[in-house]
Amino acid sequence: MSEIMLETKNLGISFGGLKAVDNVNISVKKGQLYGLIGPNGAGKTTLFNLLTGVYKPTSGSFYLDGEELTEKSQEQINHKGIARTFQNIRLFNNMSVIRNVMVGLHNQPEFKCNPFVSMFRLPGHFSSEKKMREKAKELLRIFDLEEERNNLACNLPYGKQRKLEIARALATNPKLLLLDEPAAGMNPNETAELMDIIRFVREKFDMTILLIEHDMKLVAGICEEVTVLNFGTELASGETSEVLNNPKVITAYLGDDEE
Amino acid sequence: MAKNKFKLKHHINYIGVGLFLVITSVMMFMGVLNRSTANLITQIAYSIILAVSLNLVVGFLGELSLGHAGFMCVGSYLGCFFAKYMFAFTDSKLLVLIVSMLVGGLVAAVFGFIIGLPALRLKGDYLAIVTLAFGEIVRTIFKNLDTFGGALGLSTKKYGSELFIIALIVVLIMLFVMQNLIRSKHGRAITAIRDNEIAARAMGINVTFYKLLVFVVSAFFAGIAGVIYGHYATPVLYSFFSYNYSIEILVMVVLGGMGSITGSIIAATLITYINFVLTTNLSGDLAALKFLIYAIILIAMIIFNNAPALNPVKERLGDYKNKVLNKITGLLIKKKYDPSQVVDDHAAWHRIPSKIKMDALLSLDITDKNNQNGGDKK
Repeated sequence: MSEIMLETKNLGISFGGLKAVDNVNISVKKGQLYGLIGPNGAGKTTLFNLLTGVYKPTSGSFYLDGEELTEKSQEQINHKGIARTFQNIRLFNNMSVIRNVMVGLHNQPEFKCNPFVSMFRLPGHFSSEKKMREKAKELLRIFDLEEERNNLACNLPYGKQRKLEIARALATNPKLLLLDEPAAGMNPNETAELMDIIRFVREKFDMTILLIEHDMKLVAGICEEVTVLNFGTELASGETSEVLNNPKVITAYLGDDEE
Repeated sequence: MAKNKFKLKHHINYIGVGLFLVITSVMMFMGVLNRSTANLITQIAYSIILAVSLNLVVGFLGELSLGHAGFMCVGSYLGCFFAKYMFAFTDSKLLVLIVSMLVGGLVAAVFGFIIGLPALRLKGDYLAIVTLAFGEIVRTIFKNLDTFGGALGLSTKKYGSELFIIALIVVLIMLFVMQNLIRSKHGRAITAIRDNEIAARAMGINVTFYKLLVFVVSAFFAGIAGVIYGHYATPVLYSFFSYNYSIEILVMVVLGGMGSITGSIIAATLITYINFVLTTNLSGDLAALKFLIYAIILIAMIIFNNAPALNPVKERLGDYKNKVLNKITGLLIKKKYDPSQVVDDHAAWHRIPSKIKMDALLSLDITDKNNQNGGDKK
């Protein structure tokens, strides 16, 4: 448990003069559920974009399992084992649910099969396709989406789309899962269910999870450690209960009493 | 399980084109098929190849390409040029045709790769401009190269009307390759890029590779279509591959439905046929009406496809189509009767409580006793 999965060293990015993320040092231990909170515009999603290679950091570096990934492309970072979900859901809307998951399985070594094999239906195509379908079904079963596998992703209700996004991210077989506001727009029942799912995923897949969330109940309920970002810098980090009662954090969220 | 179930939907294109091929070749050998019809079929064949290959770029990858005639032009000129020199070594027309198709296709594929490179950085309108420019540049270059006949065009050895048989076989091969590509993990990756490129990248899909692959495959088949055209119409003239022709191919794709191969086939056949009929029947002064009628037909078809007021008509047609398809499937394979598969639409109605039960339910006092007083206050 003490092994460090993700480590950032002075990670930062500036857009022109604006330092959106500045000097962030977080270290997520293997198997940990780590929360990332902060007021709107604090740079949480930007940090996620840095970690997944959407933006290249202008300073600092980050390491996954001891390997530096700072300059890698999005695809390479995914291959190395970081998968993410998005704040505004980004499913492949015009594809069926199972195909969404199968896209996630695309790069798994056991389903390797080059385009020419597929184009001419050479041996190897059907077996890999069949294995992929079975694996995708298995994943969907875990998320209770198997019944809907042939529906279009855009026709799923909101909560299920969120679940599908997590399933699709897990299909890439990551070491670290980044969840960007998984509970956004969910009602309390759905949030409770989501908490169970996150816990379950962590146990079943032995996953390290870093999540952004505004729902403090969820954060307090499942995260072991949190980091609070404010204006791109770290405001506080440490154990959840301590950080959430930190007066600085409360000020950042709710404003000063004096004013 | 529905695993091994024969799905007519997946084979309808092969069956359709295959039947067409068999019927027309039989007619050909019986001597019933006249020359102009054979020519029309050749035209239809290369139009289908062009429309389906453009559909891969526009409908499946979601990039707008306006230079498809450019790829066709490259394939046509170089394939036919090669064929001209090959006739010096061999007399076999078939061999020359096949080899020149491969050469034309491969050269076009190289150009597809080159055009695919900017496609990695450009999106939408900007890519459309690049491809449009490519199409125009290519044909202007060929116009000014004396090696390729210059403004007079490259004269090729004309093939007889039996060329359409080869053309239709090529259509079948192309459908096989395209459909297999689309119905595989690679096809899924391509449609994933279309639906959401950012998410596709985050899923580890190699976007660069797939964009280039699509452009290369699409250009390859456009080049082959060009070679067929080159052997059908001699001389190969630069003016044929104009911007208008690229748009015509795009019209076929859009009319048939983006991302629908069957649609592309039908639209390509229809548009080529309409063009052919109008060109042959309207002579003299009436020839000016050709584009007018063509445009009116296009507008009518687009309205039919998109007008909400026509939805009931379309639904009825769709039901009818399904009925016919089911009947055909029923004839082809005998279905086993499986009671578990039968879904009774009315079954759900039995679960709704009867009136008596409803009354009982409604009379139940469901208000919370403890909160009743608190609720009254407000």
